[in-house]
Amino acid sequence: MKHDTHEIDVLVVGAGGAGLRAAIEAAAAGARVGLVCKSLLGKAHTVMAEGGIAAALANVAAQDDWRTHFRDTMLGGKMLNNWRMAQLHAQEAPERVRELERWGAVFDRTPQGTILQRPFGGHTHPRLAHVGDRTGLEMIRTLQDRCVQSGVQVFMECTITHLLRDGARVAGAFGYWRESGRCVVFRARAVILATGGVGKAFEITSNSWEYTGDGHALAYEAGAELIDMEFMQFHPTGMVWPPGVKGILVTEAVRGEGGILRNSKGERFMEKYDPKRLDLSTRDIVARSIHTEVREGRGSPHGGVFLDITHKGADYIKRKLPSMYTQFLELADVDITRDPMEVGPTAHYMMGGVRVDAETAASTLPGLFAAGEVAGGMHGANRLGGNSLSDLLVFGRRAGLAAAEYARALPGVPALDPVQVDSAERALMAPFERPHGESPYDVHQALQKTMHALVGIFRTEKDLQSAIEELGRLKTRAARVRVEGSRLYNPGWHLARDLECMMLCSEAIARCALLRRESRGAHSRLDFPKTDEALGKVNNFARREGEQMKVGSSPLPGMPADLRRIVEEVKA
Amino acid sequence: MSHPPPETNRTAVLRVYRGEAGKGDFRDYPVPVAPGMVVLDAVHHAQAHDAPDLAVRWNCKAGKCGSCSAEVNGRPRLMCKTRLDELPLEAPVTITPLKAFPHLKDLVTDVSWNYEINRRIPPFQPRPDTDWKYSQEEADRVQEFRKCIECFLCQDVCHVLRDHDKKDLADPRHLFVGPRFLVRVAGLEMHPLDAGSRTRFLKEQGGIGLCNITKCCTEVCPEQITITDNAIIPLKERVVDDFYDPLRLLFGRRGR
Repeated sequence: MKHDTHEIDVLVVGAGGAGLRAAIEAAAAGARVGLVCKSLLGKAHTVMAEGGIAAALANVAAQDDWRTHFRDTMLGGKMLNNWRMAQLHAQEAPERVRELERWGAVFDRTPQGTILQRPFGGHTHPRLAHVGDRTGLEMIRTLQDRCVQSGVQVFMECTITHLLRDGARVAGAFGYWRESGRCVVFRARAVILATGGVGKAFEITSNSWEYTGDGHALAYEAGAELIDMEFMQFHPTGMVWPPGVKGILVTEAVRGEGGILRNSKGERFMEKYDPKRLDLSTRDIVARSIHTEVREGRGSPHGGVFLDITHKGADYIKRKLPSMYTQFLELADVDITRDPMEVGPTAHYMMGGVRVDAETAASTLPGLFAAGEVAGGMHGANRLGGNSLSDLLVFGRRAGLAAAEYARALPGVPALDPVQVDSAERALMAPFERPHGESPYDVHQALQKTMHALVGIFRTEKDLQSAIEELGRLKTRAARVRVEGSRLYNPGWHLARDLECMMLCSEAIARCALLRRESRGAHSRLDFPKTDEALGKVNNFARREGEQMKVGSSPLPGMPADLRRIVEEVKA
Repeated sequence: MSHPPPETNRTAVLRVYRGEAGKGDFRDYPVPVAPGMVVLDAVHHAQAHDAPDLAVRWNCKAGKCGSCSAEVNGRPRLMCKTRLDELPLEAPVTITPLKAFPHLKDLVTDVSWNYEINRRIPPFQPRPDTDWKYSQEEADRVQEFRKCIECFLCQDVCHVLRDHDKKDLADPRHLFVGPRFLVRVAGLEMHPLDAGSRTRFLKEQGGIGLCNITKCCTEVCPEQITITDNAIIPLKERVVDDFYDPLRLLFGRRGR
């Protein structure tokens, strides 16, 4: 079948914060850059980020510095983070934020006229540079405009389905145009994955349709290694009512601005679970606390708890949380300046991802890089709010730089293997060939229910084993789905492909969760409720061996003594 | 707490435009109505049960990304923010694609023209000597414009684009960048630290004179940006100041 071919130096897959920042940097380093996104430009999940970008600018708390940010991040991640990533992140985030400002971003201001910072869960000081509750929009628009001015070629509404290889290195990628259904080949010297997470594998999620774990699956299929896949973050506060909006994010900034969680008896229940940090405890703890309150019969009418910000006054709320105000007013008939919100946990963020080198964002496969949510290691067992947007900037930039250097150093363009292209195309078109088969929508729904019921906030060996068996059955069903209609903009067909990625990630999540016989961060085992010190020294990994998924443990990189001292200073 | 009363056994009929490249017709899909349901939920229901290949753009389903723009009962709306219970459900709910842009399939149109326009706008140009300090009041003025989620509803409803099709990328005499990009230019022009000027762009390439202030754009903006009064009119005034003010013509352009 005919397909277009594009030849570039660096292909960036995904146009959220990490992809855009990577593309800008690679182009600045002189590479010819192509940026592929599944949606229109500027619609990636980053646009939904609300609360802010964590960076020790010390504009509000003069005593803040990278060391404190580093320590907060490591403690929040239950010490499972890649220490070097956490260090680079804390050191470089302030400069990345100032850079956004130089590119035109307009952050909220302090009385002195500098970038304002707000408190957030797990952060010692007010640290989040923000724009009301639409920080992600400001960030993506700033990067998007910078990107198109940098000469980056943007390929919108294009889905990458396979990475192409030349021997042991990456040679490009294969995909299709959503609009026409035609195939496309990108020959590239280096590929950066910036595809985000996999929330769509869960029934209740804050994530958009794009979040189907494509990058995780692409990397895995091509032979790269995934780590920490058992750590799926459930954001404590998603909407719970009405049914159609279940899971939509209620920003942590509500609590950052003084919002209080209460149960049906009016009790401020976080006093019980984390008396020191209360409502601004880390997300893993708050999510579990809410879940426990609901399970023990102290929930709100629609199965959540109450989040109350009314005491801050209508003017303040409308100024600092404008989109929360309209979101609740328009979608739930609740005026949050007068009544509390009903909220509950929602699948939000994948801490695990492609194993990368901290300095360069290089994966274990030569020529393949990964940045942002699709990369693993930075956040350990639990991500702090605000650390995602800064992660995108810090490691997006590093990935762009390293990929451009890698591309330049490569002696020639990697060879294109027509056999790989043919087989990728056959796999993509297969659902059209089947005369009978299930609807991909039905299988997707079954997957979401399975993951929600058996691989959710609280896990047990029995549930995880049932999940793995059920995922095996679902995999067979997914391999038999049939799609109707033509190849022109066909969402059923698109979902058939996305399902394979979600299925693979789900399997990795369940298998790694089974392997980790302890509770740590976002991973809570009812059968192993305690933290096991020995397991705090290993990452679980998943990689492909033939057609089998191999999971195992590998030692964490050792932290130098000076950094260890920084972490232990406050622990003591 | 106030909640809409639970609706029992109600069914709405979605009447969706189906077809390719402007050739198509309407199909009806029955959808059970759940409390608080929005039009996009109903479209998803139709997709999952009756029409798996029904083409529609969407991302966040929370009014933040501006992807799911369409015309609901003839009015440009975000489907994720349009509640079924605010529509008359005795009659079918008619959903058609944006009219101002070329039709691709079902509810999806080709909006790539907008991205080409965006690329042409002279970028942010910070003052060379700035200390990067400014007040919240100064920020407020441009933050209004920066709220734009690029849903293109304002472009869709603008008669210069919708009825007169002033979208000729090759001939500036027949090109109007539309309200969205006047908002974007306003965000740059009024940025407290911007040293650039885009009045020549507005006059010679942006077609700002073609806007005759009917304010339709302001009415449909889901972000409640006061497009006409706060963005377009001040920009028109700047163009007049820079190019038509006789004193300025004599003594040179003001420094900004």
